[in-house]
Amino acid sequence: MTISHFTAVLVFAVCISVVFGITQRAEPKMMVRFGAYCFVLLVGVTIAASWGMWLIKH
Amino acid sequence: MATKADSAALPADNAAGGTFPAIVLFAGWLFPGAGHLILGKWVRGLLLAAAILTMFAIGVALQGKVYTPNTGEPLDMLGFAGDLGVGLPYLLARFFGWGQAPVLIAIADYGTKFIVVAGLLNIVAAVDAHSLATGRKRS
Repeated sequence: MTISHFTAVLVFAVCISVVFGITQRAEPKMMVRFGAYCFVLLVGVTIAASWGMWLIKH
Repeated sequence: MATKADSAALPADNAAGGTFPAIVLFAGWLFPGAGHLILGKWVRGLLLAAAILTMFAIGVALQGKVYTPNTGEPLDMLGFAGDLGVGLPYLLARFFGWGQAPVLIAIADYGTKFIVVAGLLNIVAAVDAHSLATGRKRS
């Protein structure tokens, strides 16, 4: 099995966000919000770091 | 806001329901999400199981490394501790010999990280179930 690096990032972020959302908040609404926050942060930081590395290379 | 009386009542409620925190913790470690399922948190338990088992399965499918004990390398020991956190799936991986091939490509290294992180997330989930059982976490 092979997946693209970006797909790996998305799967990684989704799974971590689900666990963090459920375990780090007590109310269902806050769980969803915190999970979404973690997902956006994980993917966003990865994309930003990727562009940063691209800029360093070029 | 929770009062002291509310907080004190939670462990008693769980004890009355026959939920022993140590069993919840062990079950949560042994199988991802089982601790929450024992406590009747069906949706949370199933979501945790799906997330953690998906990570572990993808890690194995990407030909990630499943660490073994006693290699003598400190980083391998940490990897083993992380892998062991996933419980029964790790024991199955060892039994069937999954993840024993050498890691030669970047995507397989991602698989190794998926497996380790799945174990670490399972420990977080098991501790959360334990906190629910003891009443440290309200709901």
